[in-house]
Amino acid sequence: MKAIESLKEKFSDKIISHDSFAGQDFITAKKECLKDMAVFLRDELHFDFLSDLTCVDYKGYPGRENAPRFETVYHFYSHKTKERISLKFPIEETSPNIDSLTGLWLAANWYEREVYDMYGIHFTGHPDLRRILMYEEFKGHPLRKDYPLKARQPRIPHED
Amino acid sequence: MGLETIFGNSFLTSRVDEAVNWARKYSFFQYPFVTACCGMEFMSVWASTYDIARFGAEFPRFSPRQADVLFVVGTVNEKLAPSLKRVYDQMAEPKWVVSFGVCATSGGFYDNYATVQGIDKIIPVDVYIPGCPPRPQAILDALIKLQEKVSKETVLKYKGLK
Ligand code: SF4
Repeated sequence: MKAIESLKEKFSDKIISHDSFAGQDFITAKKECLKDMAVFLRDELHFDFLSDLTCVDYKGYPGRENAPRFETVYHFYSHKTKERISLKFPIEETSPNIDSLTGLWLAANWYEREVYDMYGIHFTGHPDLRRILMYEEFKGHPLRKDYPLKARQPRIPHED
Repeated sequence: MGLETIFGNSFLTSRVDEAVNWARKYSFFQYPFVTACCGMEFMSVWASTYDIARFGAEFPRFSPRQADVLFVVGTVNEKLAPSLKRVYDQMAEPKWVVSFGVCATSGGFYDNYATVQGIDKIIPVDVYIPGCPPRPQAILDALIKLQEKVSKETVLKYKGLK
Protein backbone atom coordinates (compact mmCIF):
# COMPACT_ATOMS: atom_id res chain seq x y z
CA MET A 1 0.00 0.00 0.00
CA LYS A 2 1.27 3.45 -0.83
CA ALA A 3 2.09 5.75 2.04
CA ILE A 4 -0.61 8.21 1.08
CA GLU A 5 -3.25 5.49 1.41
CA SER A 6 -2.03 4.48 4.87
CA LEU A 7 -2.04 8.08 6.00
CA LYS A 8 -5.52 8.67 4.62
CA GLU A 9 -6.77 5.65 6.48
CA LYS A 10 -5.15 6.49 9.80
CA PHE A 11 -5.67 10.26 9.88
CA SER A 12 -8.89 10.52 7.91
CA ASP A 13 -10.43 13.10 10.26
CA LYS A 14 -7.32 15.33 10.25
CA ILE A 15 -6.66 15.46 6.52
CA ILE A 16 -8.02 18.55 4.79
CA SER A 17 -7.15 17.56 1.25
CA HIS A 18 -4.78 15.40 -0.75
CA ASP A 19 -3.49 15.35 -4.26
CA SER A 20 -1.19 13.41 -6.52
CA PHE A 21 0.62 15.10 -9.34
CA ALA A 22 3.39 13.83 -11.60
CA GLY A 23 3.96 10.84 -9.36
CA GLN A 24 4.20 12.94 -6.21
CA ASP A 25 1.80 12.73 -3.31
CA PHE A 26 0.72 15.71 -1.25
CA ILE A 27 -1.35 15.82 1.89
CA THR A 28 -2.71 18.94 3.53
CA ALA A 29 -3.63 18.36 7.15
CA LYS A 30 -4.36 20.16 10.39
CA LYS A 31 -1.27 21.32 12.19
CA GLU A 32 -2.16 19.59 15.48
CA CYS A 33 -1.46 16.21 13.94
CA LEU A 34 2.00 17.05 12.58
CA LYS A 35 3.87 15.15 15.27
CA ASP A 36 1.60 12.09 15.16
CA MET A 37 1.88 11.94 11.40
CA ALA A 38 5.63 12.38 11.47
CA VAL A 39 6.07 9.61 14.03
CA PHE A 40 3.79 7.35 12.02
CA LEU A 41 5.70 8.12 8.81
CA ARG A 42 9.05 7.51 10.40
CA ASP A 43 8.34 4.45 12.50
CA GLU A 44 5.64 2.60 10.58
CA LEU A 45 6.20 3.63 6.97
CA HIS A 46 10.03 3.90 7.08
CA PHE A 47 10.28 7.51 5.94
CA ASP A 48 13.67 7.91 7.53
CA PHE A 49 14.76 11.07 5.73
CA LEU A 50 13.43 14.60 6.10
CA SER A 51 14.69 16.02 2.84
CA ASP A 52 13.25 19.51 3.10
CA LEU A 53 11.20 21.71 5.35
CA THR A 54 10.02 25.08 4.22
CA CYS A 55 7.13 27.51 4.25
CA VAL A 56 4.94 29.47 1.87
CA ASP A 57 3.29 32.83 2.47
CA TYR A 58 0.00 32.94 0.57
CA LYS A 59 -0.86 36.54 1.36
CA GLY A 60 -2.70 38.02 -1.61
CA TYR A 61 -2.58 34.74 -3.51
CA PRO A 62 -5.52 34.57 -5.93
CA GLY A 63 -8.18 32.15 -4.76
CA ARG A 64 -6.83 31.88 -1.21
CA GLU A 65 -8.30 35.01 0.31
CA ASN A 66 -10.02 33.15 3.12
CA ALA A 67 -7.49 30.36 3.59
CA PRO A 68 -4.84 30.55 6.33
CA ARG A 69 -1.94 32.75 5.35
CA PHE A 70 1.02 30.41 5.84
CA GLU A 71 1.66 26.81 5.00
CA THR A 72 4.65 24.83 6.22
CA VAL A 73 5.75 22.14 3.80
CA TYR A 74 7.61 18.94 4.69
CA HIS A 75 9.19 16.62 2.16
CA PHE A 76 9.96 13.10 3.31
CA TYR A 77 11.85 10.31 1.62
CA SER A 78 12.10 6.65 2.44
CA HIS A 79 15.38 4.95 1.67
CA LYS A 80 13.69 1.61 2.14
CA THR A 81 10.66 1.93 -0.12
CA LYS A 82 12.13 4.69 -2.33
CA GLU A 83 8.94 6.67 -1.87
CA ARG A 84 8.46 10.39 -1.39
CA ILE A 85 5.63 12.24 0.28
CA SER A 86 4.95 15.89 1.02
CA LEU A 87 2.91 17.18 3.93
CA LYS A 88 1.49 20.69 4.18
CA PHE A 89 0.08 22.30 7.29
CA PRO A 90 -1.85 25.56 7.04
CA ILE A 91 -0.99 28.09 9.74
CA GLU A 92 -3.09 31.08 10.70
CA GLU A 93 -1.45 34.48 10.74
CA THR A 94 -2.84 35.10 14.23
CA SER A 95 -1.04 32.14 15.79
CA PRO A 96 2.06 31.48 13.73
CA ASN A 97 3.35 28.41 15.51
CA ILE A 98 3.68 24.70 14.93
CA ASP A 99 5.38 21.78 16.69
CA SER A 100 9.09 21.31 16.12
CA LEU A 101 10.37 18.13 14.53
CA THR A 102 13.86 18.44 16.01
CA GLY A 103 13.15 15.57 18.39
CA LEU A 104 12.44 13.24 15.48
CA TRP A 105 14.94 14.38 12.83
CA LEU A 106 17.98 16.40 13.82
CA ALA A 107 17.96 17.84 10.30
CA ALA A 108 14.86 19.80 11.24
CA ASN A 109 16.92 22.06 13.49
CA TRP A 110 18.43 24.39 10.90
CA TYR A 111 15.44 24.16 8.53
CA GLU A 112 13.18 25.39 11.29
CA ARG A 113 15.57 28.17 12.18
CA GLU A 114 15.52 29.25 8.54
CA VAL A 115 11.73 29.23 8.38
CA TYR A 116 11.63 31.18 11.62
CA ASP A 117 14.14 33.68 10.26
CA MET A 118 12.40 34.19 6.92
CA TYR A 119 8.73 33.82 7.85
CA GLY A 120 8.49 34.25 11.61
CA ILE A 121 6.88 30.89 12.26
CA HIS A 122 7.57 29.72 15.82
CA PHE A 123 8.44 26.08 16.30
CA THR A 124 7.25 24.94 19.69
CA GLY A 125 9.86 22.76 21.38
CA HIS A 126 12.80 23.86 19.23
CA PRO A 127 15.93 23.85 21.41
CA ASP A 128 17.55 26.98 19.94
CA LEU A 129 15.19 29.05 17.80
CA ARG A 130 17.45 31.89 16.63
CA ARG A 131 17.88 33.57 13.27
CA ILE A 132 20.18 31.54 11.05
CA LEU A 133 20.80 33.76 7.99
CA MET A 134 19.99 37.32 8.97
CA TYR A 135 21.78 39.13 11.78
CA GLU A 136 20.36 39.42 15.25
CA GLU A 137 19.47 43.13 14.94
CA PHE A 138 17.35 42.50 11.85
CA LYS A 139 13.70 43.47 12.31
CA GLY A 140 10.91 41.55 10.63
CA HIS A 141 10.97 38.51 8.41
CA PRO A 142 12.14 39.23 4.87
CA LEU A 143 10.32 36.52 2.92
CA ARG A 144 6.91 37.54 4.21
CA LYS A 145 4.95 39.07 1.36
CA ASP A 146 4.33 42.24 3.35
CA TYR A 147 8.03 42.90 3.98
CA PRO A 148 8.71 46.06 1.94
CA LEU A 149 10.62 45.20 -1.23
CA LYS A 150 13.08 48.06 -0.92
CA ALA A 151 13.51 48.06 2.85
CA ARG A 152 17.16 47.97 3.93
CA GLN A 153 18.49 47.48 7.43
CA PRO A 154 22.20 48.31 7.29
CA ARG A 155 24.35 47.22 10.20
CA ILE A 156 26.82 50.03 9.64
CA PRO A 157 26.01 53.51 8.27
CA HIS A 158 25.86 53.79 4.48
CA GLU A 159 27.04 56.80 2.54
CA ASP A 160 25.42 57.78 -0.72
CA MET B 1 70.20 72.90 -16.60
CA GLY B 2 69.81 71.51 -13.19
CA LEU B 3 72.16 69.41 -11.19
CA GLU B 4 73.31 67.27 -14.08
CA THR B 5 75.10 70.14 -15.76
CA ILE B 6 77.04 70.87 -12.61
CA PHE B 7 77.83 67.32 -11.56
CA GLY B 8 77.96 65.55 -14.90
CA ASN B 9 76.73 62.05 -15.37
CA SER B 10 77.16 60.99 -11.76
CA PHE B 11 73.61 62.25 -10.90
CA LEU B 12 70.12 61.43 -12.04
CA THR B 13 67.42 63.79 -10.89
CA SER B 14 63.77 62.89 -10.60
CA ARG B 15 60.75 63.74 -8.55
CA VAL B 16 60.24 61.79 -5.36
CA ASP B 17 56.66 61.15 -6.43
CA GLU B 18 57.75 59.52 -9.61
CA ALA B 19 60.28 57.24 -8.00
CA VAL B 20 57.95 56.19 -5.20
CA ASN B 21 54.95 55.71 -7.44
CA TRP B 22 56.99 53.69 -9.87
CA ALA B 23 57.92 51.34 -7.05
CA ARG B 24 54.40 51.24 -5.68
CA LYS B 25 52.57 50.54 -8.88
CA TYR B 26 54.67 47.52 -9.79
CA SER B 27 54.53 45.87 -6.41
CA PHE B 28 50.92 45.73 -5.31
CA PHE B 29 50.33 43.38 -2.43
CA GLN B 30 46.70 42.49 -2.66
CA TYR B 31 44.21 41.37 -0.10
CA PRO B 32 41.59 39.17 -1.80
CA PHE B 33 38.23 39.66 -0.09
CA VAL B 34 36.51 36.92 -2.05
CA THR B 35 32.91 36.12 -1.22
CA ALA B 36 31.22 34.63 -4.26
CA CYS B 37 31.34 33.25 -7.79
CA CYS B 38 33.54 36.07 -9.13
CA GLY B 39 36.35 34.39 -7.22
CA MET B 40 36.63 31.79 -9.97
CA GLU B 41 37.63 34.38 -12.56
CA PHE B 42 39.87 36.03 -10.05
CA MET B 43 41.73 32.76 -9.52
CA SER B 44 42.23 32.27 -13.22
CA VAL B 45 43.98 35.64 -13.43
CA TRP B 46 46.58 34.34 -11.06
CA ALA B 47 47.20 31.19 -13.06
CA SER B 48 49.72 30.96 -15.87
CA THR B 49 47.40 31.82 -18.80
CA TYR B 50 46.73 35.37 -17.66
CA ASP B 51 49.54 35.62 -15.15
CA ILE B 52 48.94 38.63 -12.98
CA ALA B 53 52.60 38.37 -11.94
CA ARG B 54 53.50 40.24 -15.13
CA PHE B 55 52.10 43.31 -13.41
CA GLY B 56 53.83 42.67 -10.14
CA ALA B 57 50.58 42.08 -8.33
CA GLU B 58 50.61 38.35 -7.83
CA PHE B 59 51.40 38.27 -4.17
CA PRO B 60 48.35 37.96 -1.90
CA ARG B 61 48.64 38.94 1.73
CA PHE B 62 46.04 37.42 3.96
CA SER B 63 46.61 40.03 6.56
CA PRO B 64 45.12 43.42 5.67
CA ARG B 65 47.93 45.14 7.54
CA GLN B 66 50.41 43.99 4.91
CA ALA B 67 48.26 44.70 1.85
CA ASP B 68 48.10 47.68 -0.53
CA VAL B 69 45.10 46.82 -2.68
CA LEU B 70 41.83 45.47 -1.41
CA PHE B 71 40.09 43.36 -4.05
CA VAL B 72 36.43 43.04 -3.12
CA VAL B 73 35.37 40.08 -5.23
CA GLY B 74 31.72 39.07 -5.14
CA THR B 75 28.53 39.84 -3.30
CA VAL B 76 28.77 41.72 -0.03
CA ASN B 77 25.71 41.43 2.18
CA GLU B 78 24.66 43.53 5.12
CA LYS B 79 25.72 40.84 7.54
CA LEU B 80 29.25 40.94 6.17
CA ALA B 81 29.50 44.72 5.78
CA PRO B 82 31.10 45.41 9.20
CA SER B 83 33.85 42.87 8.45
CA LEU B 84 34.64 44.49 5.12
CA LYS B 85 34.82 47.91 6.72
CA ARG B 86 37.09 46.53 9.40
CA VAL B 87 39.44 44.94 6.90
CA TYR B 88 39.64 48.26 5.06
CA ASP B 89 40.30 50.18 8.25
CA GLN B 90 43.10 47.80 9.18
CA MET B 91 44.99 48.36 5.95
CA ALA B 92 47.88 50.79 6.20
CA GLU B 93 48.13 53.86 3.96
CA PRO B 94 48.57 54.11 1.07
CA LYS B 95 45.72 51.79 0.12
CA TRP B 96 43.48 51.26 -2.86
CA VAL B 97 40.25 49.40 -3.40
CA VAL B 98 39.07 47.53 -6.49
CA SER B 99 35.41 46.63 -6.75
CA PHE B 100 35.24 43.42 -8.71
CA GLY B 101 32.05 42.49 -10.60
CA VAL B 102 28.59 44.04 -10.58
CA CYS B 103 27.70 42.60 -7.20
CA ALA B 104 30.43 44.46 -5.38
CA THR B 105 29.92 47.53 -7.56
CA SER B 106 26.17 47.99 -7.28
CA GLY B 107 24.61 44.94 -5.67
CA GLY B 108 24.02 43.57 -9.17
CA PHE B 109 20.77 41.75 -9.56
CA TYR B 110 20.61 41.18 -5.81
CA ASP B 111 18.44 44.21 -5.24
CA ASN B 112 17.06 42.81 -2.01
CA TYR B 113 16.93 43.00 1.77
CA ALA B 114 20.25 41.25 2.29
CA THR B 115 22.73 42.82 -0.11
CA VAL B 116 24.76 46.02 0.14
CA GLN B 117 23.97 48.01 -2.99
CA GLY B 118 27.57 48.66 -3.87
CA ILE B 119 30.57 48.61 -1.55
CA ASP B 120 31.13 52.31 -2.18
CA LYS B 121 28.37 52.84 0.36
CA ILE B 122 30.80 51.56 2.99
CA ILE B 123 34.36 52.18 1.75
CA PRO B 124 35.91 54.38 -0.96
CA VAL B 125 36.57 52.62 -4.26
CA ASP B 126 39.30 53.42 -6.80
CA VAL B 127 38.50 51.14 -9.72
CA TYR B 128 35.28 49.39 -10.67
CA ILE B 129 35.28 46.30 -12.87
CA PRO B 130 32.01 45.62 -14.70
CA GLY B 131 30.82 42.14 -15.61
CA CYS B 132 29.16 39.18 -14.05
CA PRO B 133 31.76 37.85 -13.67
CA PRO B 134 34.35 40.07 -15.38
CA ARG B 135 36.62 38.34 -17.85
CA PRO B 136 40.28 38.03 -16.86
CA GLN B 137 41.22 40.62 -19.47
CA ALA B 138 38.96 43.12 -17.73
CA ILE B 139 40.75 42.45 -14.48
CA LEU B 140 44.15 43.08 -16.01
CA ASP B 141 42.74 46.21 -17.60
CA ALA B 142 41.57 47.37 -14.19
CA LEU B 143 44.99 46.69 -12.76
CA ILE B 144 46.59 48.83 -15.48
CA LYS B 145 44.07 51.59 -14.75
CA LEU B 146 44.95 51.39 -11.10
CA GLN B 147 48.64 51.65 -11.96
CA GLU B 148 47.91 54.78 -14.00
CA LYS B 149 46.01 56.21 -11.11
CA VAL B 150 48.78 55.43 -8.66
CA SER B 151 51.38 57.01 -10.90
CA LYS B 152 49.50 60.32 -10.72
CA GLU B 153 49.33 60.45 -6.96
CA THR B 154 51.58 62.41 -4.70
CA VAL B 155 53.32 60.93 -1.72
CA LEU B 156 52.63 64.02 0.32
CA LYS B 157 48.89 63.55 0.39
CA TYR B 158 47.32 60.79 2.38
CA LYS B 159 43.87 59.81 1.30
CA GLY B 160 42.71 58.95 4.76
CA LEU B 161 43.69 62.32 6.22
CA LYS B 162 41.51 65.21 5.19
S1 SF4 C 1 28.95 39.70 -10.25
FE1 SF4 C 1 28.08 37.76 -10.99
S2 SF4 C 1 29.80 36.31 -10.88
FE2 SF4 C 1 30.32 38.07 -9.60
S3 SF4 C 1 29.67 37.56 -7.53
FE3 SF4 C 1 28.00 38.66 -8.51
S4 SF4 C 1 26.70 37.06 -9.37
FE4 SF4 C 1 28.69 36.14 -8.95
